[in-house]
Order: sequence, then C-alpha cells, then structure tokens
Amino acid sequence: MWLYYFQQLVHTFPFFLKGLWMTVAVSGLSLIMGTMIGFTAGIVRASRVPVLGKLLFVYVDFMRGTPFLVQVFIIFFILPEWGLQLEAFSAAVLALTLYAGAYICEIVSGGITAVPPGQSEAAKATGLNWFQRMRHVVLPQAMKTILPPLVGQYVLLVKDSSVVSVIGVTDVTRVGWFTVQRIPEGLMVFGLVGLLYFVVCYPLIRLANQLEKRLRVDFGGL
Amino acid sequence: MLEAFNFRVLLDYLPLFLKGMWATAWLSGLSLAGALVVGTLACGGRLSRFRLLSALAGAYIEAIRSTPLLAQLYFLYFGLPSLGVRLPEYQTGILALSLNSGAYMAEIIRAGVLSVSWGQIEAAMAYGLNYFQRMRYVVLPQALGVTIPPLLGQAIVLVKDSALLSLISVFELTRAGQIITSERFMPAEGFFTTALLYLLIYYALKAFSSWWQKRLIFVQPA
Repeated sequence: MWLYYFQQLVHTFPFFLKGLWMTVAVSGLSLIMGTMIGFTAGIVRASRVPVLGKLLFVYVDFMRGTPFLVQVFIIFFILPEWGLQLEAFSAAVLALTLYAGAYICEIVSGGITAVPPGQSEAAKATGLNWFQRMRHVVLPQAMKTILPPLVGQYVLLVKDSSVVSVIGVTDVTRVGWFTVQRIPEGLMVFGLVGLLYFVVCYPLIRLANQLEKRLRVDFGGL
Repeated sequence: MLEAFNFRVLLDYLPLFLKGMWATAWLSGLSLAGALVVGTLACGGRLSRFRLLSALAGAYIEAIRSTPLLAQLYFLYFGLPSLGVRLPEYQTGILALSLNSGAYMAEIIRAGVLSVSWGQIEAAMAYGLNYFQRMRYVVLPQALGVTIPPLLGQAIVLVKDSALLSLISVFELTRAGQIITSERFMPAEGFFTTALLYLLIYYALKAFSSWWQKRLIFVQPA
C-alpha cells in the first residue's frame, strides 16, 4: 500500500513543482516590493520625520503585533467590503509585501541608527546634502548591519508565504493539502512539501549565516 | 469605516472572543513550556560531545528552521493518523508548536550558554565553588540575562503562530473571528477585533520584556 501511494505521489510530482513555482513567484514578488517599502519606510523612520514617523510606528506595530493569518483574512475578506476586490494571488502578494515591509523597515532603521552620528556629521561638514550623505556615507556602512537579518527576513517570507494557501493560492502547501485528500499518507505528502521548502530556504539560511560571519560590524574608534 | 461597524453584534460575541483569547493564552502557554523542554534537550544534544547526538539535534534544528510551521502542522495533522496515533486537534497543535518553537529556543539557549566565557567558570572553580554553586551563582545568572529577551521575543512569535491552529479547527482567537464572519457575514467586526486582542497580548508581553530587561542589567561578557 505504501509503495502504491509512493508511486501515486511520484505521478503528482509535476503539480508540486508548479506549486513550488507559485511559492517562489508569490514570495519573490513580495520580496522585491517589500524591500522597496521597507527601505523607504526605514530611512524615513530613522530620519525622525514628525508625523510620518508616528504613522510608520502604528503600521509597524500592527504588522508585528498581529498574526500574519489575521492580516491575510483582513485583506482578503474586508477590503472587498470597502470596494476593493482582489483575487487570491494579488491579495497574497499585497499581504506578504506589507508584512515583510514592516519587518524590513525595522531592520533598516536599526541599521541606520547603528552608524555613529559622527559619520553623518563629518559628511555634512564636507558639504554633502541629505541624499549624498545617505547614498555615499550612511547606507553603505549601514548595509553591513542590515544585510544578514535582511536575508533572514527573506527566509521568513518564503516560509510565511505558506499561509496564503488558505485563501486559495495554489502554492506548495495547497498542492500538498489537495494531494493528501487523495493519497492519505500525510507523512509522505507533507514530507515532500517540507523538502521542497527546505530546498529553497536552506541555501538562504546558509547565506545569512555566511554574511553574518563575514560582515562583523566594526565601527573602530568612532 | 466606523459607522459601518456593528458594535451591538460585537457585544453579543464578546464572550466568544474572550473565550478565544483565553484559549490562545493557554494553548501558547502549554506550547511555550513544551518548547522550553524541547529546546533545552535539543541544545544539550547540539552541544554534546557525541557526534551522532550532535548531528541529530543539528538536523532537527535545521529541518524545522527551513520549513514553514503550516507544513509542519499539516505533517502532524495528516501524518500522525497514518502512524496509528490519533490525537485531538488541540494536542496535535500544541505538539507542532512545541516542536517548531523548540528548534528556535535551542539556538537561543545555546547562544546564552556559549556567551558565558570559560574564564568565568575557571574563576569560580578557583574560589572553590562546587558545580551547583557555579551554575547557580555564576553561569546561569549571566546566561539568563542574555537569553531572556530573545526568549520573550520567541514567545511573542509563538502566540502569533498559534493563530495557525485555527486551520486545523482548534478553537482560539482567530477561530472566533472566523466564526463571526461565517455566522453573521461580518469579517470587519470579526477580524479587526481579533487583531486588536492579539495586539493587547503583544503589548503585554512587550511591556513584560522591557521591564525584565531593565531589572536585569548584566555585564556583557567580553
């Protein structure tokens, strides 16, 4: 029986690959947009802009204080009430983007704050304007602190993308959920699902560890 | 937005939400206790001199960290019955959360233990303290100081992760939101209230964490 189910599972493997592609697509899109939102928000937050800073605070706290599943439900079930009907894929990308953006905002603003203020002051004294200071002095140094947790956040993003399977995105987890209805061997089916996630996440985790080792932050005598 | 918010219905469902919050609290509490046990064991295994034990614990930690909780939850939920183990849903949920969080706990505890430098232990030995005294007065207080803040952070993650238990029909806070959505077609009332209650838990845990950090200021090991 076990062997029979295994053969069945091998037959459905193409669907798992399709699901994996969906997982990669959803998390890849949200990764790009979440990084853009996160960096913008993080720079604004670190620059202590009066009103915007408070708003960002509310946004980040909401995203960090509530479960991602609840955020997905809010976007998928409540936005239509306000006249914004999204299909599952767009809702998933929107939810993941906003979610990742909040965490990346924290990482980026933390990284910028960690650069000693003397750096920025020296750049100001040299006559660089705000953009030049950010672009050529602060951000390059902050990247050392930002990069390792950023990659770690990408791993979380791929893993959290499994949650959007509940609103009907056919990612690996949902394919597994469908398959287990026909092949009632949960260990085998979700073992495969886990393996596919592992293939994506493990290299990223290793990369994060490598970066952490290589980019030991050392601001020297400042 | 608020004029469309039906507070009377919320009042009707308030007992349900409170029950859900209580369920979330005890489910997370039990899982946290389980995760601490699993984490300590896995950490002990990881630091063990026996190669096999260390490799096994390492494989467990890496496997958990590179797959999503939802896949692990389904793995147990659909997989345990095919092993002949039939648990009530909430027990499967607690098991999954403990195993998942335990892997992260193991890494946190390991960092804490390794942060106490060997010199500290040698010095305590030189004073003539025995093993228990060394642990009680030298190693543990220093390790705890480093360990408690990330442990509380992990506890916050655990509470939020427990929302996924609603997907295997365990009654908790998110499930309460789903119930009001399906019985009254009021997703806004359901999920915003759910989110608000999660935020309450989040802030309570965060306040406790910062209170603790203020109380325990330890000398950072060199």
